[in-house]
Amino acid sequence: MSVFKVFDVAGSGMSAQMLRLNTVASNLANAETMASNKQDVYKARHPVFESVLQDVGNMDDVATVKVSGMMQEDTAATAHYRPNHPLANKEGYVYSPNIDAVAEMADMISASRSYQNNVEVLSTAKELLLRTLQMGQG
Amino acid sequence: MTVNFDKAFGVHDNALLLFERRTQLISENIANVDTPGYKARDINFNQVLQNQREQSVKLDATHKSHINLSQGAFSENIEFRQVEQSSADGNTVDMQKEKAAFAENAVRYQTTLRVLSGKIMGLKSAFKGE
Repeated sequence: MSVFKVFDVAGSGMSAQMLRLNTVASNLANAETMASNKQDVYKARHPVFESVLQDVGNMDDVATVKVSGMMQEDTAATAHYRPNHPLANKEGYVYSPNIDAVAEMADMISASRSYQNNVEVLSTAKELLLRTLQMGQG
Repeated sequence: MTVNFDKAFGVHDNALLLFERRTQLISENIANVDTPGYKARDINFNQVLQNQREQSVKLDATHKSHINLSQGAFSENIEFRQVEQSSADGNTVDMQKEKAAFAENAVRYQTTLRVLSGKIMGLKSAFKGE
């Protein structure tokens, strides 16, 4: 039913933003995860959003959000000289991912605001529909 | 004398459909705020009003390929938003504008709902004759 499509839309937006929040958390949590070689270092992940048009022939089509893929950042790992580190290689180096904490925090705020906006849409739409159900009752 | 519901409700039942469709469109814009290349859409309200004035005669759908006016009647009035500031990823959603439009639309919806509710209650009291 077309009336309830707004819930699909806002729901898809919320789940996309939640995934974005999750990747931010993952990126920040792994900012100090060491590895013994450059290849094994954690790489920052970012979701790629895509708009999906549903029920195109139906005239009242809806554009929901879909996560079409994950983008891995390709920044060079930082080398630290720590010979006593259990993961240190023969030369005494460990490698940490090069995560931009400031950019991640900005991303987090953006995701959280967008999530809030979707929640607001959802609750307003719910309120309107509930009032519509009571039409003519007082 | 027969009661004609179409006449009793006037434009308000159509208006409710319009505002419902608009709620959906603006919610799409808000959900797609971070989607690269997404173009924000909205209904041209003035255009809808003008169309309604022009075609006051209702069309009968007697064939399955006839367009059901009550379902997608506003599709031809959907337009892409004009942006004042373009973004690097081609997204044209202006969150402030969308939130304002959503709030405005919700109030309009409730106003129409109240009018319809009043009309229904009026009819009900007329039926009862108390």
